[in-house]
Amino acid sequence: MSKEVVIKTDKLTKKFGDFIATNSISFEVYKGEIFGFLGANGAGKTTAMKMLCGLSRPSSGEAMIAGFDIYKQTEEIKKSIGYMSQKFSLYEDLTVKENIDFFGGIYGLRSEDLKAKRAELIKTLGLENEVNQLVSSLPLGWKQKLAFSVAVIHDPKIVFLDEPTGGVDPVTRRQFWDLIYDASSRGITIFVTTHYMDEAEYCNRISMMVDGEIKALDSPFNLKKQYGADTMDEVFYELARGATRKGD
Amino acid sequence: MKQFLSFVRKEFYHVFRDRKTLLMLFGLPIVQIVLFGFALTNEVKNAKIVIFDYAKDIASQEITQKFEANQNFQLTKSLMNAKQIESAFKKENVKLAIVFPANFYEDLLHLHKAQIQIIADGSDPNTASTLQNYANAIIMDYQMDLLQNQKLPYSINTELRMLYNPELKGATTFVPGIMALVLMLICVLMTAVSIVREKEMGTMEILLVSPFNPFLVIVSKALPYFLLSMVNLTVILVMATTLLDMPIHGSLLLLVAESALLIICALSVGLLISNITKSQQAAMLISMMGMMLPIILFTGFMFPLENMPKPLQLFSNIVPSKWYYIIAKSIMLKGLGIAAIWKETLVLIGMTVLLLFLSLKKFKTRLE
Repeated sequence: MSKEVVIKTDKLTKKFGDFIATNSISFEVYKGEIFGFLGANGAGKTTAMKMLCGLSRPSSGEAMIAGFDIYKQTEEIKKSIGYMSQKFSLYEDLTVKENIDFFGGIYGLRSEDLKAKRAELIKTLGLENEVNQLVSSLPLGWKQKLAFSVAVIHDPKIVFLDEPTGGVDPVTRRQFWDLIYDASSRGITIFVTTHYMDEAEYCNRISMMVDGEIKALDSPFNLKKQYGADTMDEVFYELARGATRKGD
Repeated sequence: MKQFLSFVRKEFYHVFRDRKTLLMLFGLPIVQIVLFGFALTNEVKNAKIVIFDYAKDIASQEITQKFEANQNFQLTKSLMNAKQIESAFKKENVKLAIVFPANFYEDLLHLHKAQIQIIADGSDPNTASTLQNYANAIIMDYQMDLLQNQKLPYSINTELRMLYNPELKGATTFVPGIMALVLMLICVLMTAVSIVREKEMGTMEILLVSPFNPFLVIVSKALPYFLLSMVNLTVILVMATTLLDMPIHGSLLLLVAESALLIICALSVGLLISNITKSQQAAMLISMMGMMLPIILFTGFMFPLENMPKPLQLFSNIVPSKWYYIIAKSIMLKGLGIAAIWKETLVLIGMTVLLLFLSLKKFKTRLE
């Protein structure tokens, strides 16, 4: 079975002066995969993710996102990806409907598509009664679910999630992951950073970054076997212990 | 285009949902107009005066009538005794006393020269000199009347005339200044804060990851504030012309066009500030403190630039509102056209282009 590669990096590097934030990382992510991108604070996760999203220009190395070159085809890449940051990135002073319409609008969805999408999204999230409420009045967990749904409103090939579940309870987090699985089953590739090791277990494969380099990359099962650990927590400690960089 | 409209609509939601912003946006100009137009005026109304008439002839009576008719003065009484003058100043809050010497009309007729003594309350020099100017104007006015009836072969007449603002109205000089101040402040502040807010909330990243053109982010941020500023301009102009009797002698269209230019210039300043600040508070502080003082000091409507030391005069040249103030004054008070103000307009255009270039360049590099 040959898997379709949607993210491919080759010796991707980002330097800030003398400091090498991301040092020659190479990996592949397949279509529909949930790819966990782990590492301690300051390990270079965010820098790597920013390069992949086109927010930051690599110092050297190659990368293809959804089949497009990271240097030359940033516009095409932007159309093929979705992004959700840890700040869950909705407009608090806009209503649920207005947020959906705005993000649908800037991704260039046509009116009728947007209307259908909006109805479907509101039904899935069970937000029928909150459609015209300001987002600021929603509980955090709902905001995050809404933010995720908005991030995939244009059916991107890949969605990047930067610590999407910070600060919510385990039940809500579990519900959030249901949305992620759902998106993954529709063929959307999920690229997610997290600090929660229980979430790492949900991923198909995970990579561990230490000091700007990828130290390990495999499925959670194989990694645990390889490091003789019972939980992902232990794997993480084992790998992160060698880090020389301080977290930020 | 649809993307652009979605964005502009969103910006309007932001403005109208935020009561504080709204209040500032529309309250500030109104407060400023009322404050500067009424409270901070150097115009004096209904100043109490007394007249002490030794002459009691046709000329002194006619002048007295003119004083009575003028709304800057309120004639409290005619005195009988020169000693009463001082007590009038001390006890009755009189601001000005006018003394006609005996044989006033006779002297005027035969010697072509007569004197009137004007006594003012020097403890308040500003009011005193303003009142003195008013009094002079009234006496000059009488002289003009007199000259029309008489044919003198030679008559040398020094005449003081206040060009463009004959009644020395305070509002007329303040309004163009307030327009400059309000438009600059509002536009700089609003743009800076609204862009920094996106950065602070983390939504800027989302926008930059989206296929929406970063340049359009700026344009769609600026457009609502541009439109709202034009509404503001209308409010100021309507208030100024109706409440403060401010004339607009020149072309209204030209005035609006020049104001639009200032607004774009201010939006560019706001954009620049948003690029160098990280928090809304910082953006607000820089816009308010960093802009307000230079604008008030160096626009020229509060403190005459001519009296400033040379370095400060040179510095005033980089304050956009200074040029706009000259332009607005020329159009509103002197009724001049573009031919007279093309230099100032060019300076303003130059500044705008430079600022826009700088801030867009800065915005671009920030994405890297």
